[in-house]
Amino acid sequence: MKLTRLSGIAALGAVAALTLAGCAANEDTTPASSSAPEGSSSEAPAGGATGTIGATGASSQAAAQAALVATFQGKNPGVTVNYESTGSGAGRDNFLAGASDFIGSDRAYHVEELSAGFKGCATDSIVEVPTYISPVAVAFNLPGIDTLNMDAATIAGIFAGEITQWNDEAIASQNEGVELPDSAITPVNRSDASGTTETFVSYLSATAGDVWTYEVGDEWPIDGTERAQGTQGIAQVLGSSEGTIGYLDASQIPADAGQVAVGVDGEYVPYSAEAASKLIENSPLEEGREPQDLVFAVDPASASDGAYPIALVSYLISCTEYEDATKAQLVKDYFTFVASAEGQEISAAEAGSAPISDALREQVSAAIDAIVTE
Amino acid sequence: MSTTEKAPARQAPPEGSIKAKKRPGDLAFSGSSLGAGIIILIVLAATAVFLVVQSIPAIAGDADTNPILGGENFWSYALPFLFGTLWSALLALAIASPIAIGIALFISHYAPRRLAAVLGYIIDLLAAVPSVVFGLWGALFFSGFLQPFFATLTDTIGTWPILNLFFSGPVSATGRTVLTAALVLSVMILPIMTAICREVFLQTPKLHEEAALALGATRWEMIRMAVLPFARGGMVSGAMLGLGRALGETMAVTMVLSGSPIVAFQLLQSGNPQSIAANIALHFPEAFDTGVNTLIATGLILFIVTFAVNAVARWIVNRRAEFSGAN
Repeated sequence: MKLTRLSGIAALGAVAALTLAGCAANEDTTPASSSAPEGSSSEAPAGGATGTIGATGASSQAAAQAALVATFQGKNPGVTVNYESTGSGAGRDNFLAGASDFIGSDRAYHVEELSAGFKGCATDSIVEVPTYISPVAVAFNLPGIDTLNMDAATIAGIFAGEITQWNDEAIASQNEGVELPDSAITPVNRSDASGTTETFVSYLSATAGDVWTYEVGDEWPIDGTERAQGTQGIAQVLGSSEGTIGYLDASQIPADAGQVAVGVDGEYVPYSAEAASKLIENSPLEEGREPQDLVFAVDPASASDGAYPIALVSYLISCTEYEDATKAQLVKDYFTFVASAEGQEISAAEAGSAPISDALREQVSAAIDAIVTE
Repeated sequence: MSTTEKAPARQAPPEGSIKAKKRPGDLAFSGSSLGAGIIILIVLAATAVFLVVQSIPAIAGDADTNPILGGENFWSYALPFLFGTLWSALLALAIASPIAIGIALFISHYAPRRLAAVLGYIIDLLAAVPSVVFGLWGALFFSGFLQPFFATLTDTIGTWPILNLFFSGPVSATGRTVLTAALVLSVMILPIMTAICREVFLQTPKLHEEAALALGATRWEMIRMAVLPFARGGMVSGAMLGLGRALGETMAVTMVLSGSPIVAFQLLQSGNPQSIAANIALHFPEAFDTGVNTLIATGLILFIVTFAVNAVARWIVNRRAEFSGAN
């Protein structure tokens, strides 16, 4: 009996020790990667690929980054990339404080934020490239109907609760020949804070400002609506409940749900990866930025020429010049990989993003080349 | 919890005074059990201190720069969630209590011995199902299953006076309402409530029961006269422990409920009050800066409420300790 008691205590101790050791190991890696400019990485041969870089930021990119990091590390066995999904806001704070070597963010730094000074960078100049385009589709569940045409004002009216019946004149007039049921519309939105919500709401706000008068943010602005947790929650509701309509990552539309072709400039554009990439391509660059600070002024309201107007554009952000050239090389290698056709394919397969077009890749590559590695 | 701490402390002084022989095992055991008792206190204190310290920036700080509050007062932000937490938990308690007492009575006084053992085992098994599984079940199957019933309810009793305060339409198209969440919660709190009620019912003095029967009481009258009065304290404490679990339940509510920050008593509509725990789970991943503090501060409120509920349960049990034996 004494033996069992002792072994029990020993087991408890062992578990505690393991747990604590686990914590310690976890806590070790991130600061070491982000706050030690010299150290393990300084032993790397010039231009060689060994060392650790740490990143934080947008959770929208998390799935894509996990797959990209795995492939990148497979190709460069000496390199460790840590991408921790903290949310874009925390990522930008970390980058300002120099705690992250690079970050992912659902928006670029505003021009006036650039002068604040980045503690991890040798200069105030940074590289921002749009490498992750995640189109947001509007999908619905009406048996027998695969696609519906809706312009921005109609979509806004439905989600604002002003259009409540499927056979409302506003919908019927855009879909001649489609037999719309006389049933209630249930708009479904995300219950969690999400960049997808922000993308969708800013689209409504930009294109149908007179109908959609709510504030833009990552929270759904209307209380008392039908809500579901995460993309999967929305997909599940759309797949199972008749009369629902919701917005979600385009890759996650349930098989039996119908899709809205969104009205742009008089024509109706169904979602496609090319159409989403076109939205960025057709947008002008934001003014007052350096050439490697590749930020597009995406305005869904001025989308044209077959561009699909609802897409989340997420950026990778790094310093132009690092104190440590090895780190600069690693970041540059990684960014190049992410922007490559292969990297974009991985991201499309794993996270359902829309691969950037070749024309956009040229611009992105030029910006990444500005990272100083000497 | 408290007994492990008290027992050795109470026995130690007399042993010391008559100089009983102390073997290493005695020292080790009294030391380690005292340590275990102290650890509980330290953990609780550490949690409370963490919650309070982290909450201060949200409650006392500038609401305008807070990314979650966005200028709103903290208390007006937290109030709907507190309401949602209490509302869903109380609904669950109202649904689960009669069922739990019924099952416990069946096991303790009606069922044949073999059946009672099997049934008791199955109920305990229910307690071992992880809450995320209940959440999946509620979100993927149960809500859709209930939706047609909800639609019927809104068409019938939803039009009656008074009842229309709770059951009126428009009915949720998905069935992910607060009533669904409360039903899922009630299934989750059934095991603990049943287990405690069963134990208390079994402890009814046999002499009381036999006396009641000897006076000509039927079995139901015997239960009403001897068992239920004796077990009142135990039933209340079981209910309180169930309530405590329902208050803090996160995953199932997060996955099942279509919740908004609103105060609403309607049971079958799309807009339902959100609970504190589910709100934290939904918004923590994207929270930053003082937004994190805001969520932690709502956690502090939940901590205090749960603590109060458990304290009340303890108090009721202790008040009737000599009868119930459920402590």
